[in-house]
Amino acid sequence: MVVTCEEVWREISNYIEEEVDPALRAAMEEHFRDCKHCTAVLDGTRNVIQLYGDERLLEVPVGFSGRLRRRLEQEMPAPRGNAWGWMVAVAAAALITIGGVARRSSAFNTPLRSEHAKPAVVPVPADMMVVVTDDGKTFHAAGCRFIHDKAHLRTIAAGEAIREGYAPCMRCMRKYLELSSLSPMQLEDADDSENHGSGY
Amino acid sequence: MLSGTMVNSSLQNPGGASPEQQLIRRVQDGERELFYELVRPYERRVYTAAFAILRNEADAEDAAQEALLKAFKHIRQFRAEARFSTWLIQITVNEARMRLRRDRSAVIEPIVDHPDEEGNYTPRDFADWREIPSETAERNEIREKLLEALASLGEKYREVFVLRDVQHLSIDETAKALDITTASVKTRLLRARLMLRDLLAPGLGGSWSSRLSFVKGKKPW
Repeated sequence: MVVTCEEVWREISNYIEEEVDPALRAAMEEHFRDCKHCTAVLDGTRNVIQLYGDERLLEVPVGFSGRLRRRLEQEMPAPRGNAWGWMVAVAAAALITIGGVARRSSAFNTPLRSEHAKPAVVPVPADMMVVVTDDGKTFHAAGCRFIHDKAHLRTIAAGEAIREGYAPCMRCMRKYLELSSLSPMQLEDADDSENHGSGY
Repeated sequence: MLSGTMVNSSLQNPGGASPEQQLIRRVQDGERELFYELVRPYERRVYTAAFAILRNEADAEDAAQEALLKAFKHIRQFRAEARFSTWLIQITVNEARMRLRRDRSAVIEPIVDHPDEEGNYTPRDFADWREIPSETAERNEIREKLLEALASLGEKYREVFVLRDVQHLSIDETAKALDITTASVKTRLLRARLMLRDLLAPGLGGSWSSRLSFVKGKKPW
């Protein structure tokens, strides 16, 4: 087996990670014996990995831990278990009871923001963090270029987004949706509901 | 706030769950004061993940704090089958990406970006670079050059490179944290490594202290 320089460059990362099969490995080693350029690329790539792997390179700023701890203490909500917490719990239980009765009446159902939102079948992991906008109908992976109101984003869990009536973005959530029971027609319909006019 | 020792000694009850899993359960059950103990081992990972995207210490620190607050608010949604560290990094990456999009106009565009990700990357420089000067990472000048080179990469390469080669996450964990495929991780990692080698080899391989060839805003080739 003979490999070219281009093939070596394509596999050099896998070679360093020892993720190439024995035949390719042997061919690459043979190539390195005769090719100065590829040997230079191999040595340099290994050096890059070694240099950046040194934990002294990217340290947290001085005082980071203290500032983090203070902010967590300041902004975390009050602990459960105090008198106020019990009152909230009792009120919440009452609301749940009322809600249970109300849910049986279709007039109280939470409206889905998109007709494509199907909480029971959306195969996106419930704990995956996604972004939504108050005026939007869909939830997205952060950075999705089909988010149309980037100034008013909220990060919430996918499960919560689905409960709030958001449907998955057909672009950035496609890999999950391909596993679902949604038909291609439904995917196209939903894509059309996105604002395609915005980008990065 | 409980000390780490106290927390550990209170987690001796067996039952299959690791001390971290027990700690997560207790925080989920309302012991909010234990949250800092839970995330303390991951402070650096969270910070560097944010730094990889934002390229600025102050923004990265703020994003890291915000991400950990969000993690606390959503701690009940964390499921034991996922790795807690990956979950934290996923939240951090989302937070940092969101800030980057929001502040896009204030960010200097990367000088090295290759939208043609699927194409092969051709090394541009074949400088011999066999040895790394000793104590390199401790030398501020080298450290600054390494960070400058890293910052010059496109965002998608920086993210992957930092999670894999700086934080030493596995390929699979990197893919999960960034919500991309393992194949994309490998492709971007290869490009990031080769681009960094191209940027650094001419300087670090030779008279590294006097003639590093890359200057911000100017390509070395």
